[in-house]
Amino acid sequence: MAITGLIMVGFLLMHMYGNLKVFLGADAFNHYAHWLKGDILYPLVPSGWFIWIFRLVMLASIVAHIWSAAVLTGRAHAARSTKYVTTKRLSQTYAARTMRWGGVILLVGLIFHLLQFTTQTVQTGFTAGAEPYEMTVGAFGNWWLVLLYAVWVGIVCSHVRHGVWSALTTLGANTSPAARSFLNGLAWVIAVVLFVGFMIMPLAVLFGWVN
Amino acid sequence: MIINLRVWRQANAQSAGKMVSYRVEGVSEDMSFLEMLDLLNEDLTVKGEEPIAFDHDCREGICGMCGIVINGAAHGRANSPVPTTTCQLHMRSFADGATIDVEPWRAGAFPVIKDLVVDRTAFDRIIQAGGFISINAGSAPEAHSVPAPKIQADRAFDAATCIGCGACVAACPNGSGMLFTAAKITHLAMLPQGQPERYSRVKTMVAQHDADGFGGCTNIGECAAVCPKQIPLDTISALNRDLMKSLFKKDGK
Ligand code: SF4
Ligand code: FES
Repeated sequence: MAITGLIMVGFLLMHMYGNLKVFLGADAFNHYAHWLKGDILYPLVPSGWFIWIFRLVMLASIVAHIWSAAVLTGRAHAARSTKYVTTKRLSQTYAARTMRWGGVILLVGLIFHLLQFTTQTVQTGFTAGAEPYEMTVGAFGNWWLVLLYAVWVGIVCSHVRHGVWSALTTLGANTSPAARSFLNGLAWVIAVVLFVGFMIMPLAVLFGWVN
Repeated sequence: MIINLRVWRQANAQSAGKMVSYRVEGVSEDMSFLEMLDLLNEDLTVKGEEPIAFDHDCREGICGMCGIVINGAAHGRANSPVPTTTCQLHMRSFADGATIDVEPWRAGAFPVIKDLVVDRTAFDRIIQAGGFISINAGSAPEAHSVPAPKIQADRAFDAATCIGCGACVAACPNGSGMLFTAAKITHLAMLPQGQPERYSRVKTMVAQHDADGFGGCTNIGECAAVCPKQIPLDTISALNRDLMKSLFKKDGK
């Protein structure tokens, strides 16, 4: 759970950084997008293989993450089969409480996201075969899509907020009360950076700063 | 004071339970929560009703026998900044005329025996799985023959204050017993005497914890918030570090 989660947080940070290339103009953005599918690690691996290896690692992480989550959820339900009549929450955060259902919603959003921008099955403001830049600008010209993404990215970042803290604690980094505050702070910083970093681009498109 | 209670009544492990309302009059604010229950029980006995069963022993916060979920919080700590045991919670913490919900610990590993009494032998099994050191007990050795660094000794003592009450499990949304297990692991792992079995211990105790039907820890933190002995959450990270190391130790396999 912890390791696969951190792999995915690493990916999110990279993905966010890549998105920001949109501000360097259409050519830079398209070049970057094509480079991802091109000859990274060539000649160590044949040209074009990197993206598939990468996708395989991501898929494996997602599957392992969901499997661990399912096992934990099953154990938790068995361990608390009778509910309390009254429950007083003392220290849990909203993010911690919504990890499970939030995770499911997040997955649905992810599937939509891939159908939209990877397979181009769902076309919103662009046509199949559009260049990455054109596709991005076309899609985020729709205010409702930007809104939808804002909600989804918010859910992702909430998941990251508890996830980063929890993963690092599971891996043994919570060594003192000070470390506990630090790790929680770090998780907040990563979540906020991701939210801002991911939302700048769609907003810039929506307001016409990028077109 | 007058206190209105809604108490979980369950005749035995097999029968279904339900919340029953009682009105307790003549409560003094200096009474502990358990003394208030004693008062109610006297009343019930006089009326020929079955008194409410609850666990208790020392009534001074050191034995770990008592434990009731009060208004949704294990040991009833509620908004007080000081976590305490049920026996050390006093009626002055409640308003006159208040309605208080009283429930037993709820966890798969702690089945209800009767009313507010749960079976906590799962904790004993975790201890039996490794919460000890193997030595030939003879006469007490010279205390200075085994030096223990001050910082580690302090941490061991802090962890050793766990009284095994089970509030951590009761408060955990996952029904996990990790705080208890981690307190025991940290206690022994910090001391020289705990070293020989350090890595086999962590594996057997965690395995027993899981086998007993406790849930998995997802670092929510409710346990440490109700722990009357303020066992910190970082003991769980200490347990995890030892568990990871044990994977690479022959001793741990
Ligand atoms: S860790 Fe705290 S709450 Fe849990 S059993 Fe020990 S003393 Fe009780
Ligand atoms: S009765 Fe001993 S700790 Fe409460």
